[in-house]
Amino acid sequence: MKLKKIMEYLNCNCRVLCEDINLDIDIKFAIASDLMSDILATAKPGELLLTGLAHNSVIRTCEITGINAVIFVRNKQPSDDTIKLAQNCKIPVLLTDSTMFEACGILFSKGLKGIHIERAD
Amino acid sequence: MKGQIDKITDSEVLFEQEFKINGGDFINAGESSSKLKNILKEIGINTDIIRRLAIAAYEAEVNVVTYARHGIMRILIYPEKILLTIEDEGPGIGDIDQAMQPGYSTATEEIREMGFGAGMGLPNMKKNADIFNISSIVDKGTKLEITMNLNDKNA
Ligand SMILES: Nc1ncnc2c1ncn2[C@@H]1O[C@H](COP(=O)(O)OP(=O)(O)O)[C@@H](O)[C@H]1O
Ligand SMILES: [Mg+2]
Repeated sequence: MKLKKIMEYLNCNCRVLCEDINLDIDIKFAIASDLMSDILATAKPGELLLTGLAHNSVIRTCEITGINAVIFVRNKQPSDDTIKLAQNCKIPVLLTDSTMFEACGILFSKGLKGIHIERAD
Repeated sequence: MKGQIDKITDSEVLFEQEFKINGGDFINAGESSSKLKNILKEIGINTDIIRRLAIAAYEAEVNVVTYARHGIMRILIYPEKILLTIEDEGPGIGDIDQAMQPGYSTATEEIREMGFGAGMGLPNMKKNADIFNISSIVDKGTKLEITMNLNDKNA
């Protein structure tokens, strides 16, 4: 699913905060969490991250795991520092007014899937 | 112990670099791991190995920032393996078995606000490493050794 489409589905509430971002990025899966350790344990490259946490650690986590783009839900405003870090890492940062549940529900209903984790034991 | 390992393989070290990590510097936590990732990319290491190593490095770096005074992350690349060590000066870990338990954490509110402190860091480092070693001395510090084999997966 193209990032451009995702922004459209979230009712044009998404706002691009990064300059010269590529909206044609193809998003294969999505993950939604405020827990970075959780994301570091499960994320796959090429994913979209939905989170309610607006901290530098979110951008670092994307960079380290190869997550392609991040959406801050409930219109959480990242600091200028966090935006700058995202720009340096070339990670698109989007904002939506939707809640986490709402945003996930909309994208899931449009066919965007999560990653199924097999039980380790 | 460290000296011994280095002596045996010293002649074969292809690349070596160190990064300083400052305790309490929550804003910049992850910078060293990010630099490490970029270096490995430039060298042309297998992307799966880079990813697993970067994830382990980041969790380790966040631990130094959170719990220790300062630390050094050191990368050594050999023909057949990558060795990443993270050594810190800090309180150390009294009960390593307990610290390795998923969910065990002594994290503060500050680190929880960054999305860490769920007791998942050390178990995830172990999961991503081909070989994981941890040693610690209370009131001195902690040392982690993460080894990635280059020959198995670097087809
Ligand atoms: N470098 C370190 N120095 C001192 N204590 C540590 C260090 N790393 C980990 N610990 C201890 O081990 C526990 C578990 O670490 P970890 O698995 O990374 O989970 P978390 O950091 O989320 O608590 C920490 O809460 C802390 O008590
Ligand atoms: Mg930790």
